[in-house]
Amino acid sequence: MSDARLSVFKTYKLYVGGKFPRSESGRVYEVTDSKGNWLANAPQSSRKDARDAVVAARKAFGGWSGATAYNRGQVLYRVAEMLEGRREQFTREVAEAEGLSKSKAAAQVDAAIDRWVWYAGWTDKIAQLVGGGNPVAGPYFNLSSPEPTGVVTVVAPQDSSFLGLVSVLAPVIATGNTAVVVASERAPLPALSLGEVLATSDVPGGVVNVLSGRTAEIAAPLAAHQDVNAIDLAGADEALAKELEIAAAGNLKRVLRPQPVDDWSADPGTDRLTPFLETKTVWHPTGSLGAGGSSY
Amino acid sequence: MTTQSQASAFAYAPAPESRAVVDIAPSYGLFIDGEFAEAAEGKVFKTVSPSSEEVLSEVARAGEADVERAVRAARKAFEKWSALPGSERAKYLFRIARIIQERSRELAVLETLDNGKPIRETRDADLPLVAAHFFYYAGWADKLGHAGYGADPRPLGVAGQVIPWNFPLLMLAWKIAPALATGNTVVLKPAETTPLSALFFADICRQAGLPRGVVNILPGYGDAGAALVAHPDVNKVAFTGSTAVGKEIARTVAGTRKKLTLELGGKGANIVFDDAPLDQAVEGIVNGIFFNQGQVCCAGSRLLVQESVEDELLDALKRRLGTLRLGDPLDKNTDIGAINSAEQLARITSLVEAGEAEGAERWSPACELPSAGYWFAPTLFTNVTQAHTVARDEIFGPVLSVLTFRTPDEAVAKANNTPYGLSAGIWTEKGSRILAVANKLRAGVVWSNTFNKFDPTSPFGGYKESGFGREGGRHGLEAYLDV
Repeated sequence: MSDARLSVFKTYKLYVGGKFPRSESGRVYEVTDSKGNWLANAPQSSRKDARDAVVAARKAFGGWSGATAYNRGQVLYRVAEMLEGRREQFTREVAEAEGLSKSKAAAQVDAAIDRWVWYAGWTDKIAQLVGGGNPVAGPYFNLSSPEPTGVVTVVAPQDSSFLGLVSVLAPVIATGNTAVVVASERAPLPALSLGEVLATSDVPGGVVNVLSGRTAEIAAPLAAHQDVNAIDLAGADEALAKELEIAAAGNLKRVLRPQPVDDWSADPGTDRLTPFLETKTVWHPTGSLGAGGSSY
Repeated sequence: MTTQSQASAFAYAPAPESRAVVDIAPSYGLFIDGEFAEAAEGKVFKTVSPSSEEVLSEVARAGEADVERAVRAARKAFEKWSALPGSERAKYLFRIARIIQERSRELAVLETLDNGKPIRETRDADLPLVAAHFFYYAGWADKLGHAGYGADPRPLGVAGQVIPWNFPLLMLAWKIAPALATGNTVVLKPAETTPLSALFFADICRQAGLPRGVVNILPGYGDAGAALVAHPDVNKVAFTGSTAVGKEIARTVAGTRKKLTLELGGKGANIVFDDAPLDQAVEGIVNGIFFNQGQVCCAGSRLLVQESVEDELLDALKRRLGTLRLGDPLDKNTDIGAINSAEQLARITSLVEAGEAEGAERWSPACELPSAGYWFAPTLFTNVTQAHTVARDEIFGPVLSVLTFRTPDEAVAKANNTPYGLSAGIWTEKGSRILAVANKLRAGVVWSNTFNKFDPTSPFGGYKESGFGREGGRHGLEAYLDV
């Protein structure tokens, strides 16, 4: 029809510190679907964007890690709620990004939504699973509890643009860390759209920061960054993973090496919750502190 | 100090522990595949007593070819050892624990001779903990399915372990007990200045009837450690030592499937609030920094004292330091023994000189140092700011830097102002303050109204550049399991 309505394209932007900036470099790169058709121009983040994202993530860490586990669970569940309402949008984006049929893409999106629900339920349970009292041989109260390690760089999986991304991101923030995500290089659009969902899901600004662009270019400064505490190498190929792991040794970041994942929709267990936790053990005497039976 | 004239220090009659309980051979080999052997290149080194510089023994020095042999022996032994029922492995570990208890006096004397630390510490702290670690992990060997890592967690294979000289036998126990309990075999490199207790441990393995190749001991220097860490057939690397070396090891294993745990340096803050029980706090401060001459990664080397009690606390602390007895480590009255090596003494000396040059105020009690051996008087620095070298760098010696604070928030900010994150102390009578501050401290171990307490059931390890992984407790099993 000659009077067919012209659709409104979306300008995809980064998600940093709760805001949607373009890359400070002013660069974009062309994102296409699996058949090579143009989808959008995605921001091509620079090292400076990566550093800005770390600053935002660090700033958000105190509040997010200090929030109650109950509260974090509520927020993660809220993400699932928001996604449910945008199911159609994400199904289309995932279908285009990964060349999937509509039904297969919908299954990926549904699994991703359910994953947020799964991790929402973990926030207030993981401490009981991996912490607890230690029966020391002396008059001491002694308790070990898990704490978030800090700012975590997440190199998102390259192939599973949305379910894979959610599977590596949700456990990082469920445990109280803040994240700088490097989206799938070839298929970054679902990740960038997720930023819009997070912004309206009560997730405080800076808790999740999403960067798109060249994975190796963005991940290198993040792996070397002195104020990043951990890195998940899920989306790095073998050569890049090694390079990033070497850089990560500079401040002894916690490194989660690429783990083989055949099926992102399989039950994830707790394997991705624990690598970004520290165990803190607190001691206190239980005896008297008086002059008689001092057991300081 | 035994020789000082301060009224508070009684003159104690010497109470030396007998050396006769331990026979040190003039020379020792490497322990590979159940047998002592010379190094392939025939190299040897001498180990000396830090308190007298007396040569204790000559020890074979492992090189790359020896690492190769030991890893091969461990690989071969792994098949049978990992296939043993956990209950059988447990019995071997229980045997080892019992033999350590039986021989603990001998081992305590040996450790004191080789390391320089007071017999009071080896006898009352190191050895009981060594035995306790083997007992604790022995009990896990047949219960791994209950540890929370799945129904049937698998061992990793050959563990390459490199340990430091500050707690030679204790670090060996921390590494070997969980490794064997989980079904791994080990190649362990003790530090070049303290190889003897590990070699005696080889004899304990023999007495316990441990199968050949399950434990291999390679005395040597950093080159042997580096070769072990880099060996392609090692599946797990465990290291305790300096942060600089830890980073190097992290780079070495990058891109491999080797599992890595690191226990590295620290610059622990010991925070004393104005309502703290000051007498206990003074004891805790002394224990925190002068235990093992301060050669402790979790030492409370930064004292953060609330301004309003600074004078009172420092007076009491100085008075207490005046009663410490420095001297013969084999004397049961000795509080402060020798620094482990000439090299370490030089490092401490140069950092302390940097502290003085930067304007911090140095104080030590009247103290006469023995003429032979490596000694450093207990030292306090006041007028220290966060920018000073002595407040930032790990000194690994009996040197305490004193800083002050006004509010709990300031205390937390200063305590966390370091790339390290191993330990911290809190002294206050107020329970809510303990919990609030403990929550905010970025450290793996927080001692409140106590310090330097250890137990095999209690996970130990650092945040940030103090390394990763935990040793001790259920958590300590993870490092040796394929999970």
